[in-house]
Amino acid sequence: MRKSSKEAVLLLLAIPILLWTLLPIYHIFLFSISSKDSAFSGTLWPDKPTLRNFGTIAYQEHFYLHNFWVQIWNSLWIAVAAGVITLVIASCAAFAISRLKVRGGRAVMNLALFTYFIPAAFLAIPMYKAMGAYGLLNSRWSLVLAMVTLAAPYAIWVLKQASDKLPFELDEAARIDGATPPQLFRLVYLPLMAPSLVAIGTYALLLAWNEYLYAYLLLSHERTITLAVALGHFIAADDSPWELLMATGLVFALPPAAIYYAFRRYMVAGLTSGAVKA
Amino acid sequence: MNSWQVWGAILVAPYVLVFLAFVLYPVSYGLWLARHPESYVKLFNDPIFFRTAVNTVLFLLIAVNLKFVMAMWLSGFFVHERTWIRWLSVIFLLPWAVPSIPTIFSIRFMFNPEWGVINSLIFKLTAAEGPNWLNDPRIGLGLAMLTHIWKSLPFWTLILIAGRLAIPREQYEAAGVDGATAWQRFKYVTWPSLRTLYLTSTILSMIWTLGDFNSVYLLTGGGPADLTHVLATLGIRYIRLDQVDMAMATIVCALPLVLPLVYFMMKNLSRPAE
Repeated sequence: MRKSSKEAVLLLLAIPILLWTLLPIYHIFLFSISSKDSAFSGTLWPDKPTLRNFGTIAYQEHFYLHNFWVQIWNSLWIAVAAGVITLVIASCAAFAISRLKVRGGRAVMNLALFTYFIPAAFLAIPMYKAMGAYGLLNSRWSLVLAMVTLAAPYAIWVLKQASDKLPFELDEAARIDGATPPQLFRLVYLPLMAPSLVAIGTYALLLAWNEYLYAYLLLSHERTITLAVALGHFIAADDSPWELLMATGLVFALPPAAIYYAFRRYMVAGLTSGAVKA
Repeated sequence: MNSWQVWGAILVAPYVLVFLAFVLYPVSYGLWLARHPESYVKLFNDPIFFRTAVNTVLFLLIAVNLKFVMAMWLSGFFVHERTWIRWLSVIFLLPWAVPSIPTIFSIRFMFNPEWGVINSLIFKLTAAEGPNWLNDPRIGLGLAMLTHIWKSLPFWTLILIAGRLAIPREQYEAAGVDGATAWQRFKYVTWPSLRTLYLTSTILSMIWTLGDFNSVYLLTGGGPADLTHVLATLGIRYIRLDQVDMAMATIVCALPLVLPLVYFMMKNLSRPAE
């Protein structure tokens, strides 16, 4: 008796949790399959669900969508570049600090941690000025480098924690066999670190794809902006086409959500292992 | 220096370069731009600034603490071992997994006073006009807090779930034998084990929340009449007005709030493992 009442309580609690989580997301979906007229009727399911909005997006048939394909390509290019560069820089640094015990390694680790703790919107302002000084404004590289700057500290920290756990006998054995540091890195370190590398690459990729503020500051031409910034432009006018905005938003949200869920196991383990220890 | 140290220096160099070029130089340059006392006089004379500072403190105190009470409670819910709860926890991660822009705009539309679904429902059910939501500065800021919580709650719940799962089961069994109530189990078993994690997470979340631009900017745009700004959005507003010295002065004013928190986190995280 007591047991079944506990189950009932758990099920009752699930309802508000589910509603809270899904309402804004369902609202996006609802708008994106509604026509312009029925979008504002306030019903829970459109009278005539339609995929026309997605056709309008694909053929770039609206003022706000004239550069849709260029912009989604920019998003992809920047996300992949930021992911790859973060992986390279962070795995090299973590290897040098954790395995090669490079002198000053702890100081570098502290610099990285310090960067990790600067609120993102605060660093954005000096970063914007610096990118201007470097002449990188409006280049895709400015956003890539900004995202690497934001993602690398956490990446190095997670990778260092993971590589500290690898047995040091491996390095000694390799050293006795006459392996050079690059060989050790390539043949021993990288294969053993693969799960963490997947998590970190995904983390940096998603960070860059989703980024709004830095993209909005650093890129401004219609053909250099990412899809995130383009979505922000929709809201500029009062008569913005909500159903198209929500449909484009759904297209924008699907790839990162899919990647997140595909690599969820790695992501969750990577994210929480460091935090719980703290 | 042996060849291993040389290789170490070569491999750590790319990150050091990134740090110098994109953290150290910008921050020093920014602080140099913020050196004029006049900027601060101008900033303090801007009526928006005081309101923004109050908003920011309210945002940190209310949103972060409310979020952690919810995360604490939800983590207790999600540690129950049921297949359907595992599925629910997968769905629960969605706000964290999807980008902010579409979801925050979606919330913005839901609360549109004229066409939004919320006021349509209120009108259908009660035949009365609903509240003005985002056009009211207090409700607007409150909704920005809720948006922030909605977005980051899954992450912190996940962290606290991991913390709860690390508590040895025997402690709960012993408490059960002693006839402890649910509240006593929480007070004497869960809380003592989670306290440190809860506090460090709250501090870290406060730092990140200070940098949360999206929840306010994409929802209210700082409006109506610039009354819902927080420091993050105010700094960017000055940038868009081409007043970089004011933007940097805004950040410098936030430093007394940020630096103690960062110091606390650095002390906690940079100590050698084990």
